[in-house]
Amino acid sequence: MRNWIYPILIIGLIAAICFSLGLGAMKIPVGEVVSILLQKMGLLKDTGASPQNATVIFVVRLPRVVLGVLVGAALGISGAAIQGVFRNPLAEPGLIGISAGASLMAVVIIALEAAVFVGLSNLLGYYLLAFGAFTGACVAALLVYQISKTDGKPNVATMLLAGIAINALAGALTGLITYMANDQQLRNITFWLLGSLGGATWQTVTVLLPFVLLPLVLLPLTGKALNTFALGEVQAEHLGINTAAVKRNVVILATMAVGACVAVTGIISFVGLLVPHTIRLLIGVDNRKLIPASALLGGLVLTLADMISRTLIAPIELPIGVVTAILGTPVFLYILIKDKKKLSL
Amino acid sequence: MFIAEKITYETAGRELIKDFSMSMHKGELIAVLGANGAGKSTLLRMLGGEKHPSKGVIQLHGRPLKQYRAKELALARAVLVQHNVINLSFTVEEIVAMGRYPHNGQSTALSNGRVIQEVMEITGIEHLAERSYLSLSGGEQQRVHLARTLAQLWDIPNALLLMDEPVNSMDIQYQHQTLAIAHALAQKGFMVICVLHDINLAAQYASRIIMLKNGRKWYDGTPAEVLSTKQLYDIFEIDADVYTNPKTLKPYSLAKQVIINYNIINNTIMENNTQMSLKQQYLTYKQENPKKRIREAAQDLKVSEAELLMTGLGETVTKLKALLKTS
Repeated sequence: MRNWIYPILIIGLIAAICFSLGLGAMKIPVGEVVSILLQKMGLLKDTGASPQNATVIFVVRLPRVVLGVLVGAALGISGAAIQGVFRNPLAEPGLIGISAGASLMAVVIIALEAAVFVGLSNLLGYYLLAFGAFTGACVAALLVYQISKTDGKPNVATMLLAGIAINALAGALTGLITYMANDQQLRNITFWLLGSLGGATWQTVTVLLPFVLLPLVLLPLTGKALNTFALGEVQAEHLGINTAAVKRNVVILATMAVGACVAVTGIISFVGLLVPHTIRLLIGVDNRKLIPASALLGGLVLTLADMISRTLIAPIELPIGVVTAILGTPVFLYILIKDKKKLSL
Repeated sequence: MFIAEKITYETAGRELIKDFSMSMHKGELIAVLGANGAGKSTLLRMLGGEKHPSKGVIQLHGRPLKQYRAKELALARAVLVQHNVINLSFTVEEIVAMGRYPHNGQSTALSNGRVIQEVMEITGIEHLAERSYLSLSGGEQQRVHLARTLAQLWDIPNALLLMDEPVNSMDIQYQHQTLAIAHALAQKGFMVICVLHDINLAAQYASRIIMLKNGRKWYDGTPAEVLSTKQLYDIFEIDADVYTNPKTLKPYSLAKQVIINYNIINNTIMENNTQMSLKQQYLTYKQENPKKRIREAAQDLKVSEAELLMTGLGETVTKLKALLKTS
């Protein structure tokens, strides 16, 4: 029935990738982009495309576009699954402290960098930042998850409240460090907090890949269980679902995906919230379709947002988090106002 | 066979269910009756395997309930709970189809589809199949969950069906339809346990009635054995007459009207009003019976003398006034 969404999203994603690859300081026509890609895959021979353009695409632009697709897919799919667990279309991965924990650690490392890690090279510093942010995300999510346990089973309402508390605490500490930071640190912190796909290399892509691929493969398998969550956890258990295991798995996979993404790109807001919501409006709420479709649309949205952030006021690059928030907020408010009555907690 | 042996459920130092025992065979439809807080829902939660008894054992088909894996249990018993809250706009058919989730991989998509169709027809929701669950009325939503629960067990022999107040918010047609379905399933070999509030509905459809009070089983038997004026008073503290329906030979009860003195209702707000109206009442009373004394007036108006005096009518009662002066 509603399976038409997949081909449309896949075609849209491929088209967005091709356009994005062509845009930049040196414009390459879409036709040439396609033939260069096909040549690389061995489907076309000797297209006459300039080797210079091929280099620009493969060395500079493709890693960035691939990173965007991966991050978008990770944010979209985690958002869909987290909303399923919380039985609430307004939930998002940030709710369980992932983003706040990651920001706190990132800000700590940026602030300490000058004092402690002076000798580190740029690349090492970058990895340290990513590793720190990922650790922060995991610690925060683990803390929220452990606090939420009642009688050995995670309680969703407590998880939500614990998430709010951990978010507030991490936010306050982040604010404190930001307040004490010097100008250069402040600039780094702000840049990181606003999110960016800049600095993407094949190396970052390979580091991120396993963290995103695993959730992309495993989260769609929870679709059926998350559908029964909509009935209520008791009802889900009556249908033979191990709800505690489902919650644990979703939290682990979402933390893995989003934590790794935030570590590499900084905070990119609204994608995890809006993408699943848009899919629901298009094809309904069945999680078995919603979860994979959210991954596709997430990739598409972030590719487009990156395209805008790179080209809108080129050569200056807008932080991608700013673009997604500015474009996302009106859409979100529209949905909120339109569905006000349906969204009862 | 479904057996509960001396099960007790204790939480926070209180025993919500105490030493409850029962056994049932296939073909039985048991209605559980009891006042609010008697432990009906707690009992049903234990029987359904959601909560484990602190003491005692529950056995389904000769095997302790505890030993069932969640998936096995889902293919042997279904539970229709009282409160179902859904925030996402699933279609009716999608929700009913969730009842077939435990069967996926065991039944073909074709037979699943047929079961879904059949349960939607018998619960009268087939015309709602494509509608969003959120747009339905409370009674319709309840029928959707009934259909989902039925779908879970539809093709399972000797299954156990537990229902917690299934007819809440249903109109009278579907109250009877629901109990009739439960009755028919029992005829087919199901074991059905159903918590009900409506004594007559229970008497009409159940083969057996269990009455609970304060977490204990008080009465257990056929409707004719269990329903009597005394026993209804024991359980519900109501005065009810019990008759036999001449057509079905099943008992039915009629509760007597309960009367509450309206003067004790909401005194805080009504103080002034009652005094005003009491004054009015007294004045009209005095006009009609000019010779009556205040004591008689108070008796006839069903208030105390002091209350009448407080309305400011004291000065009209000369005798009392004199008395007050001397003392």
